[in-house]
Amino acid sequence: MRTARRYRLRVDPIGCDGHAVCAELLPEWIRLDDWGYPIVRAEIVPPELLDHARWAVANCPALALRLEPVTPEAQVR
Amino acid sequence: MRADGATMAPADRSTGPAGLLAEVSPSGWTTLDEHRRRHPAPPTPTSTPRVDLVDLVRRSGLGGRGGAGFPTGEKLRAVASRPGPRTVVVNASEGEPASAKDRLLLARAPHLVLDGALLAAAAVGAETVVVAVDRAHARALEGVRRAVVERRAEAARIDVRVAAPPSRYVAGESSALVRWIDGGPAKPTGAPAHTGGAGGVGGRPTLVQNVETLAHLAQIVRYGPAWFTATGTAAEPGTTLVTVSGAVARPCVTEVPWGMPIEELLGRAGGPTGQTQALLVGGFSGAWVPVPSALGAPYSRAGLASFGAAPGAGVVVALPEGACGLAETARVLQWFAEESAGQCGPCVRGLPAVAGAMASLEWDGSPDAVARLRRWADDIEGRGGCGHPDGAVTLLRSALDVFAVDLRRHGQGTPCAGAGRPPVLDVPAAGTEWR
Repeated sequence: MRTARRYRLRVDPIGCDGHAVCAELLPEWIRLDDWGYPIVRAEIVPPELLDHARWAVANCPALALRLEPVTPEAQVR
Repeated sequence: MRADGATMAPADRSTGPAGLLAEVSPSGWTTLDEHRRRHPAPPTPTSTPRVDLVDLVRRSGLGGRGGAGFPTGEKLRAVASRPGPRTVVVNASEGEPASAKDRLLLARAPHLVLDGALLAAAAVGAETVVVAVDRAHARALEGVRRAVVERRAEAARIDVRVAAPPSRYVAGESSALVRWIDGGPAKPTGAPAHTGGAGGVGGRPTLVQNVETLAHLAQIVRYGPAWFTATGTAAEPGTTLVTVSGAVARPCVTEVPWGMPIEELLGRAGGPTGQTQALLVGGFSGAWVPVPSALGAPYSRAGLASFGAAPGAGVVVALPEGACGLAETARVLQWFAEESAGQCGPCVRGLPAVAGAMASLEWDGSPDAVARLRRWADDIEGRGGCGHPDGAVTLLRSALDVFAVDLRRHGQGTPCAGAGRPPVLDVPAAGTEWR
């Protein structure tokens, strides 16, 4: 049986400049630390949030937010 | 920049004839002739009978001695399995301020390290070896340069060059080191480089290996995996170098079998000079462990794990009664902040914040201040492009746990017993160069 692909959000910490657009577009999944940099939940993004996650990725001014497909072996981490 | 001579601890030489420190001459420097009289020539992949160097190292169970403890045999196998050309980088950055073992080996017993580097190159099929020594470590640089010249007379199929990266803590992170060798700043790239893929030197497979690890590798190839596993513990075979300093009678670099009780290890350095309240284990990016409870613990990854600590770069610093562990930690956190590569927000902004907050705990140990510090630690952890901020956070948390009594006293306005005393930890000035 084929299952839908699953994704995780990742920030490239070196690329991120703390514009904080992502946290505004996806507050359910991304909060800001006390210095304005995003803290992204590590779990698999729930299907109902995937479109919002893609929107956040597309609007990151530093291109530092990525939606990464999760391989079955990597899901435990 | 740190002065090299001042931090070069003498070697405790109570080690077997094949031990790493047996080769460290008390007076100066072991020449190639002396080195070869002391040890038989190691087998190479072309020796008869044929030797599988990678398999030999895997069977020894050797783990990396730069901090992470990754199995060396697995790294060799990974690099060897990728298409060449390949490079071996000898990581002699030793940016850990309380460690002196790697520079000691390079300054006094460089041929042991070069043996290991050349054998590792043979094992993975590398044509190039780069020995990267922190440019502030003048005696290590001199030692290895002389050793390379001594070997130049021999027909060599492997090109060995010595490079001197800038004196920065994160320059020793594998991706930073590779980036610098390739002409960039010595700053981490966020992509692991130590087992090569595309992240290695010139975009090619690269083995980045710590100095001490390579010295062990040479002796394992010479004397066999069974010789190596005869000491240490079943899970952590062999011996390991430890730099012991702080309030001990004879600060030194010593070689101990894994699993030696910590109290005995301190004895190698002449024992504590007085009452000890805690030990810093692993290095600045290590953890404080309480005394006396930790004294009976085995010095090993497994033994230290129950105290939330790890061997790290092989460092033990004794903190005497009367010193302020919180103030010591605040100074180290400030150093962490200044040693940031300045690339990641949580490190650039977070480390100065925790350093400042830790310093203010010296007079305000209120539960709110402590809670905020713990929250910041949780927020910073795992959010850098390298392990630099995580190292600071580990140290910070251990300080809040181990010095909890001092925290309460400070919170009640009781003057700190350590106030006005000279600091115990030798915290260097942060580096200034990236290229």
